[in-house]
Amino acid sequence: MSPQELVNNLRSFLPPEAVLYEAEDLRPYECDGLSAYRQLPLVVVLPRTEEQIVKILKLCYATQTPVVARGAGTGLSGGALPHAQGVLLSLAKLNQIIAIDPLARMARVQPGVRNLAISEAVAAYGLYYAPDPSSQIACSIGGNVAENSGGVHCLKYGLTVHNILKLRVLTIEGECLEIGGESLDSAGYDLLALMTGSEGMLGIVTEVTVKLIPLPEKAQLVMAAFDDVHKAGNAVANVIGAGIIPAGMEMMDKITIHAVEEFLHAGYDLDAAAILLCESDGGAEEVADEIERIYAIMQQSGATKISTSQNEAERLRFWAGRKAAFPAAGRVSPDYYCMDGTIPRKHLADVLDGIEKLSQEYGLRCMNVFHAGDGNLHPLILYDANQPGELERTEEFGGKILEMCIHAGGTITGEHGVGMEKINQMCTQFKTVELEMFHAVKAAFDPSGLLNPGKAVPTLHRCAELGAMHVHRGEEKFAELPRF
Amino acid sequence: MQAIIEQYKEIICIAAEHKSPLQIRGGGTKDFYGNAVVSQNNMLLDATAYSGIIAYEPTELVITARAGTRLADLEAALDQEGQMLAFEPPHFGAAATLGGCIAAGLSGPRRAAAGSVRDFVLGVRLLNGKGGDLSFGGQVMKNVAGYDVSRLMVGSMGTLGMLLEVSLKVLPRPMAEITLHMQMDEAAAIDKMNQWAGKPLPISATCYRNGELFLRLSGADSAVRAAHAKLGGEELIEGDVFWKSVREQTHGFFQSADSLWRLSINSATRPLTLPAEQLIEWNGGLRWMLNDENLDAAILRKTAKDAGGHATLFRSNEPGISVFHPLDPGMMKIHCALKEKFDPSRILNPGRLYPEM
Repeated sequence: MSPQELVNNLRSFLPPEAVLYEAEDLRPYECDGLSAYRQLPLVVVLPRTEEQIVKILKLCYATQTPVVARGAGTGLSGGALPHAQGVLLSLAKLNQIIAIDPLARMARVQPGVRNLAISEAVAAYGLYYAPDPSSQIACSIGGNVAENSGGVHCLKYGLTVHNILKLRVLTIEGECLEIGGESLDSAGYDLLALMTGSEGMLGIVTEVTVKLIPLPEKAQLVMAAFDDVHKAGNAVANVIGAGIIPAGMEMMDKITIHAVEEFLHAGYDLDAAAILLCESDGGAEEVADEIERIYAIMQQSGATKISTSQNEAERLRFWAGRKAAFPAAGRVSPDYYCMDGTIPRKHLADVLDGIEKLSQEYGLRCMNVFHAGDGNLHPLILYDANQPGELERTEEFGGKILEMCIHAGGTITGEHGVGMEKINQMCTQFKTVELEMFHAVKAAFDPSGLLNPGKAVPTLHRCAELGAMHVHRGEEKFAELPRF
Repeated sequence: MQAIIEQYKEIICIAAEHKSPLQIRGGGTKDFYGNAVVSQNNMLLDATAYSGIIAYEPTELVITARAGTRLADLEAALDQEGQMLAFEPPHFGAAATLGGCIAAGLSGPRRAAAGSVRDFVLGVRLLNGKGGDLSFGGQVMKNVAGYDVSRLMVGSMGTLGMLLEVSLKVLPRPMAEITLHMQMDEAAAIDKMNQWAGKPLPISATCYRNGELFLRLSGADSAVRAAHAKLGGEELIEGDVFWKSVREQTHGFFQSADSLWRLSINSATRPLTLPAEQLIEWNGGLRWMLNDENLDAAILRKTAKDAGGHATLFRSNEPGISVFHPLDPGMMKIHCALKEKFDPSRILNPGRLYPEM
């Protein structure tokens, strides 16, 4: 079918404004939050109902046209990068909260509803939706399901997979599956877990039932400065070793502290090598008890300066710096590239040393912010895309950080997804038989491979070519780094 | 230890070649659960040899152990460090293994507050039906590289792969724990449990039986005492013994010759007016029913489905009734396709979950 015929076919059941095909209309959809990768699709469709999506999928299946789903387009791994010969399926217009059940503590919402909008809608009942990715003001719940998004509170409250109950999913053939239930488990295989984080490769989510939890009565924050990154890393281990699961535990390195302090004067100690933010939330008695213990542990762990938030305004001010880390990176550098590796926490200091060495080697600065409680590291590599070759050097630097995370026993992506960006590192993290199993799982849902082709799982051919390239460069990489 | 894996692999490869089904078995404590493996002459594949804790670092909140490790040994190791499996799995016998716990996918009283088995699974190593040695997930809290095959294994009853190793997130044991009990009728208890679950209260387990509501509070001592003052009720001495009896089904309610049905439903569902003895857990989300053959399975299944959930024939004296809730045709198609991909020769516990697979 020619592109024109495809457009005509789509327009036969969709209103004219829901089918975009002129280059200038397609332009806003050429990339997601990872703007280094750009591609125009053949056509963008903006359905408003599940019935319309069924028709779109049936048409695409019949004509063997690739389909790439897109929520709010805030993803950071190129997962919603369009396919040149495909349809970009925007779910943004399915943005209704269908039902809220305060007693059973759940809400049924369409995929285009913004993450924060759910919490706002249920706040009157004393409830909220826990996962809070930093983009929560803009990102959609459908995208959160596709990426299994986390946030700063996930050590205590879990990721998307822990906070959803049920999905309505359309297969590429347009068949509707109800996965999960209003119950805490369901019959058969745990397809709810399999769908979560599947990056739009298995089906199209048209409805999400999320779990709601009570708003904490109180939240309080301890901010501790350290003159040494190792001491800060040990303090994190000491808090957890004492039987405390903080609501949030964030670390920033020196370059980050300086970048954000210049920007918004959060009151951070500029002499510190690392700052830890450790939050407790829950009932008032629980929080009082925990904060007292956290304070003592920070002291024993050698903190040079410790402050406890005395009121809500101060708590938010302490947080403001951490939350402004990305904008601050944008302020001190024309461009930045955010990585997403996760490591066992005990290797933090070694990995940070390794990043510092790479930073010198590549001549590129790197800010490090860290979800310290759960080991999720976000190095921000600062670069200038207008300098020839700098983006390529940045990507290579980033790739090496991810491989270092794998060697430390971690993973290439904690919460941003593989998408287009980390597809090469998947060849390092997984063996051929495991990649084959991933392709087989995909084929069980989408035998003709039309949903988001080319993302998340590399072809074995691609890995073989990369392997050859790696051998060419020498078998042993980072010979100077310890293997832990 | 690698030699044991090589043996398992060889058994699986030979079985696959002859299309001769294997019944994978850990401690055998959950033999009663699920459908029978469909075959005249299955071979028993004993999964207990590959056992032992591989890595445990309390400050990382992660334990990795071989699937044949006894659940009791695993929990004892955690207990020494003041930690626990927060999903509080039932053992149903001293021989229960980690592999069996994951394959059966059952969680205990703390589930509604803390999460289920699958919520705590971080990674697995398994042998698929072709003898392929595969690892998925890892030992870190957050990991979105590749499909979540680790969690897919939970509750799959050994039909997709033979588990070799499992990494789990663990949590600190609460500083203090008390159990309260109070008289209440069923409708009021369901209301209260759901209302309280929507408030920031440290309730870690609930159980209702015969006009009496039991609550367990967990957390800092001050928090537990403050919640007791708010909620009222009397403190039950030896609360631990009570919750263990519910978890292990040694409680008097479960000592019955009748079939035991497990209805997992929307927790706020009104009292189910079925002529069957009941015990309620998980804020109303789990309703155990004893059926002395008054009730047709179809009625129980419809009741559960209408309440947003599903019904399992947990312990049966009614042969011929499928244990797990029937799947819609679209879902069954996906299940069969996945089974085909993991185990093309259909040798791993065929029929244990559904006869079609």
